[in-house]
Amino acid sequence: MKLELSRIVQGCRLGVLTGLGKTGTHSLEFPACVLYTRCASVPHLTQDTLRTLGGLPAVTQLTTATLAEHQEVLEEFKEGARRFAGLHDTVLFSSLHDPAASYPTGHVTNKTVSVWGSGGRIELTVDRYMALQAAIQPDWYQSMSDGETWQQNTSRKRVRKAVDRTLNHLDECLLLHQKSQALKQAEIFGVVEGGDIQEERLRSARETAKRPVGGFVLDGFQSGAMEQGMRSQLIAAVVAELPPDKPRVLQGVGCPDEVVACVEAGVDLFESFFPYQVTERGCALCFDFSLESDPESAVLESNEDRPMRERENGADSPEIVGKMTRFEMDLRDARYRDDFRPLVAGCDCYCCRNHQRAYVHHLLVTNELLAGVLLMLHNLAHYLVFFSTLRQALSQDRLVDFKRKILQVQINE
Amino acid sequence: MLFAAQRVHVAARPRFKMAAPMATARVDVSGIKDPKLDMCVRRALSVAPLALQIVAECPITKARACSLALPHCVVNTPVFMPVGTQGTLKGITVDQLEDLGCQICLGNTYHLGMRPGPELIEEANGLHGFMNWKRNLLTDSGGFQMVSLVELSEVTEEGVKFCSPYDGRETLLTPEQSIAIQNSLGSDIMMQLDDVVSSTVTGPRVEEAMKRSVRWLDRCIAANKNPERQNLFAIIQGGLNAELRKACLDEMIKRDVPGFAIGGLSGGEEKDDFWRMVTLSTDHLPREKPRYLMGVGYAVDLVVCVALGCDMFDCVFPTRTARFGSALVPWGSLQLKQKQFAKDFQPIDPDCQCATCRRHSRAYLHALFKCDTAAMHHITIHNISYQLTLMRAVRQSIIDKCFPEYVKSFMRRMFPSPEQYPKWAVDALASVNIKLD
Repeated sequence: MKLELSRIVQGCRLGVLTGLGKTGTHSLEFPACVLYTRCASVPHLTQDTLRTLGGLPAVTQLTTATLAEHQEVLEEFKEGARRFAGLHDTVLFSSLHDPAASYPTGHVTNKTVSVWGSGGRIELTVDRYMALQAAIQPDWYQSMSDGETWQQNTSRKRVRKAVDRTLNHLDECLLLHQKSQALKQAEIFGVVEGGDIQEERLRSARETAKRPVGGFVLDGFQSGAMEQGMRSQLIAAVVAELPPDKPRVLQGVGCPDEVVACVEAGVDLFESFFPYQVTERGCALCFDFSLESDPESAVLESNEDRPMRERENGADSPEIVGKMTRFEMDLRDARYRDDFRPLVAGCDCYCCRNHQRAYVHHLLVTNELLAGVLLMLHNLAHYLVFFSTLRQALSQDRLVDFKRKILQVQINE
Repeated sequence: MLFAAQRVHVAARPRFKMAAPMATARVDVSGIKDPKLDMCVRRALSVAPLALQIVAECPITKARACSLALPHCVVNTPVFMPVGTQGTLKGITVDQLEDLGCQICLGNTYHLGMRPGPELIEEANGLHGFMNWKRNLLTDSGGFQMVSLVELSEVTEEGVKFCSPYDGRETLLTPEQSIAIQNSLGSDIMMQLDDVVSSTVTGPRVEEAMKRSVRWLDRCIAANKNPERQNLFAIIQGGLNAELRKACLDEMIKRDVPGFAIGGLSGGEEKDDFWRMVTLSTDHLPREKPRYLMGVGYAVDLVVCVALGCDMFDCVFPTRTARFGSALVPWGSLQLKQKQFAKDFQPIDPDCQCATCRRHSRAYLHALFKCDTAAMHHITIHNISYQLTLMRAVRQSIIDKCFPEYVKSFMRRMFPSPEQYPKWAVDALASVNIKLD
């Protein structure tokens, strides 16, 4: 794996990762997101529906949390998660937790972390964690980490402990990594912890950077953990301690405005759980990020700012509406009942090429499975184009224009 | 003599030009004063937008292979029609359905009439436009769902009275309203509203329902505003009573409808009664019109009823069972959620060419089922593929003049031993000269 930086614009790193995958033929331009999966499958989608989308990321994220319960099966299968799941040729990045799921705290010990599968809690020691990675056969994987210090008011003592544990786990993982045949070609990514304490963040970054890792995972910054100001400040401080020639993956941050701010702080790669979360609440991403100042597309959806009228068939409305961001439209809203426009005019995704808002609204209110399929396709497509437009903005010195578009949505709020 | 079995019967000239979904002007049949217009309407009524060409008939059984030209495309029969109740086929995109080779699928008038409602669908250029399905659609009358889904339904001469499950209001569905909704949906084949009684009911109610169904057929024919682009099928009723069935057949055949359905079966009756009613119906139905056996979808039932002379079938079973993790195979089904498949790295059916079997193993589907709805989609695709592939093989065997052999090998594969063949199937096949060994 090789990282080439083409330019740095206001802290944003524009570049490309080359020589990826077993054959070394894959590459990934960044800033970018990797493809989010659960049990190695993009939620709601079959390979056929997924492949209706162009520009899919070369890297697919697998979460140990959704695969741990299948360890025995994967071990018996022997050929790794990519073949087990029938994936196309793709680079696999194996991470620990499912960024779209919440899990109970209080189950981390000095020697173990826990993940939750369909059958409940699975406690992982470093040995078991590494055996799982050997069964998954990823191209990249994060080392085991204690990421439980993201909550506010975590004590300094607990944060320090998390940093120490995570470094210990990394050392143990590295030892086993060097002995493993199955992971011979894989890159291990060190995890930077430290909660909201800058001193601990710096210690974690410096110590991790001393180890022979292929890249870095920035953990404990997830949405809800802290304000973007503090997140940006901490990330900028952390990446200053990291070698420039290795990728930095940020976990748990997906909202477009936060993504842009984190790219400015020096992050290269994100996950793509955000479009999945938007899909799960029956919403469609509709924010405008185009660099062209086409007045038609600029007023993408001024009517989205109207107050919600009536959410049809949404028993869990208050909760869902509370989580909605300004980047999406609620297709359950009665206003879309007879709206025969595509979700987003000009969008090239399968859903927008073939279907109308009224149809997706109907699928949502009748609880039809196709709603999730079509929304997932659209939201993923919209999110991928958001990233490619961000890269374009960086390469054309138009970050200001791009940010204005993203922030414009906020002004309208 | 080479093509002796390929005599072509054309029921009516197809009018494909008129088939543009719902965009063309309406022809109002009621109260027409202009004699010129009246002529147009009369001509339209006598020319159904359907043509049945009999491609091959089995010389031994009553099976037949046909090409059924409908407004949106030709349907090769025998055909299984998947059910897309609410304007969608359970998690499958229309492109996936098209790729599976599906030429016709169903929509349910009751559900679609409730949500999103006929006005909205009409605005969306009919159900074809609303769901963006380019091939044929068949809609039911809505009556069956009312009887099966709604507790408080009452049937009067006027129509079916029921309480809406959405707002609790009492609503009346008349034959005219059923057709009006189906006209709005713009389906290629509409079903008449019939008076459905459970197939296990006996006595005078069965006769009343049969006679009422005939009267309602006349009201449906009169109510059809689009006879030039929407076919209306009659539904043969009469319960399990051969005399009533025969009387219903006689009456309905007198009407010049484009096709016939065999209704009131598949409702929990004895299979022995079921097949006898089917074969009685096909004995009398006109050869040059399509025969649709409603609600039948188990593989054995399909193969036997093709032998008895049916052309079209529908059933929610293959798609519903998929969502419970059941994959259909030539030797029965696999319950993929069971632990025995956790480490089974074969495809569902190694001989199956569907997208699921070409890419995924039983073990992966077993694992995915615990985590994501995509597992259901994979199995749904496989099950639809299974049904359509089965019917294509049946059709080919009819054309190749080896249908009886096909049935025998199908049964051998489906059951571990001949002792396990269901007696009704053995009897039904014997009635059309197939002796299973």
